[in-house]
Amino acid sequence: MTVDRRQFVLTSGKYLIMTGAATRAFEHVMAGTPEAAPEYSVFDHWWAMAIDVELCIGCGGCVRACKQENGVSLEPFFFRTWVERYHVPEGDIEHPMVDSPNGGFDGFPERYRAGDGSKDFFVPKLCNHCAHSPCVQVCPVGATFESPDGVVLVDKDYCLGCRYCVQACPYGCRYIDPKTHSVDKCSLCYHRITKGLTTACCEVCPTGARTLGDLKDPSDPIHEFLRTNMVQVLKPQMATGAKVYYAALDGSVR
Amino acid sequence: MRELFRDKEHLVRMAGLFAIGFVVFVVLRGILIPADFGEFGHFRGGSLDDNRAVTPAFAGRAVCEECHDDVAAERVDGAHSAVGCEACHGALASHAVEPSEVLPELPEATSLCLSCHRISVARPEWFPQVEPDEHSEGEACDECHLPHNPGM
Repeated sequence: MTVDRRQFVLTSGKYLIMTGAATRAFEHVMAGTPEAAPEYSVFDHWWAMAIDVELCIGCGGCVRACKQENGVSLEPFFFRTWVERYHVPEGDIEHPMVDSPNGGFDGFPERYRAGDGSKDFFVPKLCNHCAHSPCVQVCPVGATFESPDGVVLVDKDYCLGCRYCVQACPYGCRYIDPKTHSVDKCSLCYHRITKGLTTACCEVCPTGARTLGDLKDPSDPIHEFLRTNMVQVLKPQMATGAKVYYAALDGSVR
Repeated sequence: MRELFRDKEHLVRMAGLFAIGFVVFVVLRGILIPADFGEFGHFRGGSLDDNRAVTPAFAGRAVCEECHDDVAAERVDGAHSAVGCEACHGALASHAVEPSEVLPELPEATSLCLSCHRISVARPEWFPQVEPDEHSEGEACDECHLPHNPGM
C-alpha cells in the first residue's frame, strides 16, 4: 500500500489524539481513583448502542469479554449480553427457531444446513437501557434507576433481591447474581464508558457489529448510523424508550 | 362547650401518641435514608460512583498501541486492522499496568481463527469463512497467514 503524506499525517494524527485521551483516563482507572477521572459530567452524555445485525458473525467474543470484564458467573444461565441464532423458515417470521447455546459463550455448533430455503442470522442482545424502563418503574426501593447519562444501573447495596424487575424486563436482561443475591444486569460497562473507554463487548467485537454511542455528542458516529440505516429497537410496541438500535433487524426477532 | 371537652383525656393521649409516632418516623427516615438519595432522581446518588469503581480488565486498543506500535503498523492496512488487540489476546489491562510482571500467553492460532472463520450458515455471506479440512487439510492457519495481517 502506498501512503501519501496527507494520509500519513491524518492517520498518525488520529492515533495521537486517541492515545492521549485514553491514556489520561487509564491512569486514573489503574490508580483506583475513578472518581478523579477527568471531567466526566453525567449531564453531558446520553449513552446508546448501535448494532448492525449483518455484521455479527456469532463468534461469541462479546459474551466472553463481558463475563470477564464484569465478573459474571460462568454458569450457563447468567448473561449481561448474549447472542441468539435465528433460523427463520421462508417467510414464516412468526415462527423462528431461536437458540443460544450457553449464550454463545462457546460459539455456535453448526446446526442448520445451507439451501433449505430458510434464513439464518445472529442477533446480539443486551440491556436496552430504556429511557422509560419498566424495570425501574417496579423497583420498590429505588435500587435500580436510569442514570442522568442514560444508563440503567443497579445499586447493589440497596437491592432487596425481590425479583420484581427480573419479571418486568421485557427483554429478559436481568438475573439474580448467585454470589451477592442482588439483581445484576448489563451496566453498559459504566466503569469504562465514564473513563473514556468503550464497553468490553464493543472493544472485542471483531467486525464492529456493536458500537457504543453518545447521543449527546454531535460528532459521535452513532448519528451517522441512525441516519443512514433503517433502524429498529426490540419490542417497539412496549414503548420502553429502548436505546439499543438495530440495523437490518428481521421482523422475526423478539 | 363543656360537653364537647368532657372526657378529653383519651383525645390528648391519642394526639400525644401521634406526635411521638411522627417524631419517630422523621428521625428513622433521617437515619435510614442516605443523604444522597434523591440527588439525581429516585435513587442513591453515590451509586453512580459505586458503579464506576470497578477496575477494567480490558485495557483498550489505544493503550496497547502505545507500546506495541510495531504491531499497529503491521496491522494498519490488513484485513484485521479493525479488530481490537484484546479480541484475540484476551483481557490485558493487568499487563498494561505491569508489563514485565504479567506476560500474555500467545493464543493458539487455529482454534482462535476458526471461532470466527469456521463456515456457518448463520454467518453473513460477506464474511470470509472456511471449511478447515478442505481449506488447509489440517495445517495450522498461521503456517500461511499472518494473524496481524492475514492476506497471503
